[in-house]
Amino acid sequence: MMIRVTGRDGSEQELDAIEGWRVMEIIRDHGMTDPNVAIKAECGGSLACATCHVYVDAAWVDKLVPASEDEIYMMDEAFAVQDNSRLSCQIIMNEELDGLQVTLAPGTEP
Amino acid sequence: METAHKTDVIIIGAGPVGLFAVFELGLLDMKAHLVDILDRPGGQCAELYPEKPIYDIPALPIVTGQELTDRLMEQIKPFGATFHFGEMAQKIEKIDNGWRLTTDAGTVIEAPVTVIAAGGGSFTPKKPPIKGIEEYEGTSVFYAVRKMEQFRGKNLVIAGGGDSALDWTVNLAPVANSLTLLHRRDDFRAAPHTVSQMRQLVNDNKMKLVIANLTDIKGANGQINALTLTNADKTVQDLPCDTLLAFYGLTMKLGPVGELCAQQNIELQNGLIPVDTEKFETSAERLFAIGDINWYPGKLKLILSGFHEAALMAQKAFRYVYPDRKLRFEYTTSSSNLQGKLGVK
Repeated sequence: MMIRVTGRDGSEQELDAIEGWRVMEIIRDHGMTDPNVAIKAECGGSLACATCHVYVDAAWVDKLVPASEDEIYMMDEAFAVQDNSRLSCQIIMNEELDGLQVTLAPGTEP
Repeated sequence: METAHKTDVIIIGAGPVGLFAVFELGLLDMKAHLVDILDRPGGQCAELYPEKPIYDIPALPIVTGQELTDRLMEQIKPFGATFHFGEMAQKIEKIDNGWRLTTDAGTVIEAPVTVIAAGGGSFTPKKPPIKGIEEYEGTSVFYAVRKMEQFRGKNLVIAGGGDSALDWTVNLAPVANSLTLLHRRDDFRAAPHTVSQMRQLVNDNKMKLVIANLTDIKGANGQINALTLTNADKTVQDLPCDTLLAFYGLTMKLGPVGELCAQQNIELQNGLIPVDTEKFETSAERLFAIGDINWYPGKLKLILSGFHEAALMAQKAFRYVYPDRKLRFEYTTSSSNLQGKLGVK
């Protein structure tokens, strides 16, 4: 299982993914050794900071569980929010999302 | 220079670990002064997730960030710590047998021991990721209101949808020449009452509401003259104005704590302060780091680890504060001495 992540520098990376992990955690794990996909994610997934904001590739948007009201509220503290914006801590990896493509949004720099 | 406060231990950061350090130090007769950039205790627990339940505090199956903070404040009450809220630790200097800490508000504290319990760093306003925005900060771009008069007669844009944005919109509408509230969607998480006040001001033509994302700033020499906005349909528009107040919440920045470490030649490791696991002391003698801000092999960023670190730190701090006294290890369950300090005897 894997996800494709476009870093803030525009480069695309394929990251190994694990079922049940939050997409934020997958990115964070790889970001520790690769600054191009380093992610701030400062609240650690408690939906309290909006620093794991990603744009989801159009082909994948409808495959995700829709954002909760809390996630929509929290995105008020993100920048350059688009229709395909999500907080990556709220996307849980499963088989259907194998190959998921996301782009790190501005404001996720550690 | 202001007269220095004298105490036994200076604690930088009043989050859960800084607060529990007051307890462990207090049992060993050490008084503390705490400095925190926030206006209340609790750090991340109070600022980022006051209502969120925490499940991994020993013996508390479920507790919210705010409840944990309140309980710690109750637990440390007997030790009469002094709090300096809303102040940032700015300068740390070595003095004879200790430290002198100066805050950005000019408060000076001297103590034989200093403990950095700064978590993820200092809470600072989130800045829009716009290239060159620094050039305008403090002149025409602001993240807080110090004096309302500063905005009199301005063509002001307030960005954000939470309580700060809406409160200041309602308060500054009569002060500014023109006021526009800018938010990414036509729905607000601020208190409903304030939101309806804002809607009324819009209906009365006393302000404008624009739904779009802020994407760029136009201006020169620190003075903005317009904001570039991107609408939901990706079309772009310019919004003329001379002042921007942006409220996108807070984020933790290592900056100020990194500065303090640099002043004592402490080399950070991935933005964390290396310590030993016996005393949690940094490479600078008498300077400790506990909680999320420190690093050692096997480190886990858990509140309970920070509590443990506070207890061991206090053992060593005692030896600096009372070099001539022998440390007597006692239990709160059985020691009338400790029970006396706790005021339960």
